[in-house]
Amino acid sequence: MGLEAKLTQDGFITTTIDAIVAWARKSSVWPMPMGISCCAIEMIAAADPKYDIARFGSEVMRFTPRQCDLMIVAGTVTYKMAQVVRRIYDQMPDPKWVIAMGACTSSGGMYRSYNVVQGIDQFLPVDVYTAGCPPRPENLLNALMTIQEKISKTRARDFQDIIPQKLELINK
Amino acid sequence: MDKIKKVYSDEKIYKKLLEDNNLTIEDALENEMVINMGPQHPATHGVLRLVLRLDGETVIKVVPELGYLHRGYEKMAEDMSFIEFIPHTDRLDYTATMCNNVAYVLAVEKLAGVEAPPRAQWIRMIIAELSRIAAHMIAIGTFAMDVGAVTMVMWTFRERERIQEIFDRIAGARFTTSYTRIGGVASDIDDEALKMIKHFLDTFEPGLKDMDDLMLHNRIFIERLEGIGVLTKEDAISLGVTGPNLRASGVEYDVRRAKPYLFYNQVDFKVPTYSEGDSLARYFLRGDEVRESVKILYQCLEKIPNGEVLANDPKKVLPHKTEIYTKMEELIHDFMIINHGINPPVGDTFFSAENPKGELGFYIVSNGTGYPWKMKIRSPSFCNLQAISKICEGAMISDVIAIIGSLDPVMGEADK
Amino acid sequence: MDIKDLVLQTLKENFTDSIIEITDFRNDLSITVKQEKLFELAKFLKENENLLFEMCKDVTAIDWATRKNRFTVVYHLYSFKLNFNLRLKSNLETEPYQIQSVTPIWQSANWYERETYDMYGIEFINHPDLRRMYMPEGFEYHPLRKDFPVLGIPESLPLPQKPE
Ligand code: SF4
Repeated sequence: MGLEAKLTQDGFITTTIDAIVAWARKSSVWPMPMGISCCAIEMIAAADPKYDIARFGSEVMRFTPRQCDLMIVAGTVTYKMAQVVRRIYDQMPDPKWVIAMGACTSSGGMYRSYNVVQGIDQFLPVDVYTAGCPPRPENLLNALMTIQEKISKTRARDFQDIIPQKLELINK
Repeated sequence: MDKIKKVYSDEKIYKKLLEDNNLTIEDALENEMVINMGPQHPATHGVLRLVLRLDGETVIKVVPELGYLHRGYEKMAEDMSFIEFIPHTDRLDYTATMCNNVAYVLAVEKLAGVEAPPRAQWIRMIIAELSRIAAHMIAIGTFAMDVGAVTMVMWTFRERERIQEIFDRIAGARFTTSYTRIGGVASDIDDEALKMIKHFLDTFEPGLKDMDDLMLHNRIFIERLEGIGVLTKEDAISLGVTGPNLRASGVEYDVRRAKPYLFYNQVDFKVPTYSEGDSLARYFLRGDEVRESVKILYQCLEKIPNGEVLANDPKKVLPHKTEIYTKMEELIHDFMIINHGINPPVGDTFFSAENPKGELGFYIVSNGTGYPWKMKIRSPSFCNLQAISKICEGAMISDVIAIIGSLDPVMGEADK
Repeated sequence: MDIKDLVLQTLKENFTDSIIEITDFRNDLSITVKQEKLFELAKFLKENENLLFEMCKDVTAIDWATRKNRFTVVYHLYSFKLNFNLRLKSNLETEPYQIQSVTPIWQSANWYERETYDMYGIEFINHPDLRRMYMPEGFEYHPLRKDFPVLGIPESLPLPQKPE
C-alpha cells in the first residue's frame, strides 16, 4: 500500500474507517479449508512453497469455523455431507464469504448421480465460483483475489443489520 | 426439518456404540462419554467420521461412519461406456491418479482381450511408479503433520510438485491426468519428459535422506508412534487389509510380485516388509517403498523400447486423433467405438493391481454391449479402514489420529 | 498339479452336488454354488489344509433385472498359499433375498456385506451389524438395483434450506 512512504512524509494519513476496515479485512482473509475430496489436494498445493498462499495473507488455515471468514468448499458435496457443510457455515462468524472450488461444487461437475448435490448454491450463498476439475492452484489464488476485491468494496455498515437479524432468527 | 432428522438419524450408530462390551463401572469418578470426530476434522484425511466411546482418555469402542463422499461410481459406471469411465478413475484415489488409470485400463483390457504394445506398457509402469511416489509423499507428509511435524508436509509437497510438473508435461494435466487409454496410452512420452524424470530421480534421493534425518532423529515422533496401533498378521489377513499396511504387519504380499502385470517380472525390486505392525513400521515401509520405486524407475528408463503406444485393434482401440481427421477408415472406427462401445465378450473378470494404498480391483461383468452391466470397485482404502475399529480399541484418543494417519485412507476411494 | 485342478478336485470330492456351475473365463476360475451350501463351502475353503483361502477380498452382488434369479452374490477369495484368486457365486432365487453371512469366517466380509446390503437390499443372515454403509439410515431405496434411476429419486434425500 506504500504506507511506509506516506508515514515518513507527514506522519499521518487521512482515510475513512470503512476503507481501513475493508483493507484490514481483505488482507487477512482466514480460510476455512472445507476439503472434501480431490480439490482439497490442490488446495493444499496452493499453500505449499511453490504457490504460497501466504502472499495474500491467507495462509492461516484454521480447521475451526469459529476463527474463519472465508469458506473454501473444495470437493464433491454429497447430500449427506451437505448437512455438515451447512452446519459449519452456520458456525462461522459474520461477515463471511464462500468460494465454490471446482466443477463439483459449482454444478455437480461430472457426477450426475443420485447422491451428489448439483451445485452447492442450492443450500449456501456462494461468492466466487472457480472453474476447473480441479482448478489449478493459480485459479484458486485468482478466486481469492476476487474475494479480496469484493471485500475491499464493502463498507462497515453493510454488516450492521446482521446481528439483529441473527438474534431474531434465534428467538424464533 | 423433521424430514432431515428422519433421514439422517444416528440412532443405530449410537446403539452399536453402546452395545455392552463387558464394561463395569465401579469407580464413581470414572465416566464414559461419546464423542464425534469428523467428518470435518483435519486428521481424518477428508470426510471420515468416527464416533468414539471413551473412558477418560482411553478408547473403548470406535464406530466409523462412511458415505460422506459416496458419489455413486458403481451406478454411474453402468451408465457410461468403458472409455468414458477413464476420467472417473482419476478421482477414486486422488492422490495416485495415474495408478488408478493404469489399473482400470488393464482390467478392461483383460476383459476385452486387448494387449497394449510394449512401449505403452513400460510407460504405464513409469507413470504408475511416479504416481506411487507422489502418493506416498502425501501419505508421509500428512501423517507427519497429523502427529505435529508440519515442516514435513511442506517438504513432501515440494517433491510431489515436481512429479506433478512431469505429469503436466506427459499428460497435459497436473493432477487429473486421465492419461491411459484402452490398448495403450493417450500420447507418447517425449525425450524431454524422460529427461525430467531422470533429473527428478537424481535429485530426489538426497531430499528423501533429509526427510529421514528430520523425522528419525526426532524422539517425539518415534515415541509417539512406536508400538501404537499394532495390527497383528492374523488380524490383517482376516480383515482384508492390503498394501503397505499388510506388509508392515509381516505379510509379504504385493500384487506386483504375486501376480505380475505389465513388466514387473522383468525389473528387479524388493518387497519391503516389517514384522512390528505398528504405526512406525507403516511409516518406515512407505519410505522403503518409495526407494524401491526409484529403483524400478531407473530400470524402466533404461529398458523402455521405441515403438507404438497404441495397439492396432480398430474394433476396440480408439485411433489417434490426427488419423481420425485425415483417414476415412479411422473415422468410421472412431464413430463406431464412441457410439457403440468396445463390446467385450460376455463374461466377468476380476483384475487387481498394486496401488499405493493397497490392492485396487475391478470386477467387471459384461453382457456383450458397450456398457458394463456391473462394475465393482474393490477399493483398498475401504478395506484398510475396516481395521480401524480393531486397532483403536484400547488406545488413547490422541493415538487415534496417529493410527488414521498411518493407515492412510483416501475417502474418495473408500466411499466410491 | 495345476492349482485350478487342485482346487476343483478338492471341492468336487467334498461338495459334488452343491456345485452348480464352473466357468473359466480369461483365466478366472469361478464356481457357482447352491445358496444353502455356500456357508459350508466357504468354511471348507478357508480351513482345508491344502487350500487355505484366508482372505476374502470382496463381496458384491449382481442385479440381473429379471423376475426369477434376480440377484447373484459374488465373493472373491484369495489364498496366500496357492497364490490364487477364486470367485464364488451364489444365485438368490426367490424373495426375500437372503443369504447366510460369511462374516464369522472372514472378518473382512463385515463391511462388504453391509455395502451389498446398502446397495442391493440383500439381507445377510447372522450378520453382526447389518446397517447401511454409505447412504443415510432413513433412505428408503437401494441405489444399485437396476430399477433405481442414476439421478436418484427427487426429494428422497433432503437438503438444508438456503439462508436468507
Ligand atoms: S471438481 Fe474435479 S477435482 Fe474437484 S472435487 Fe470435483 S471431481 Fe474432484
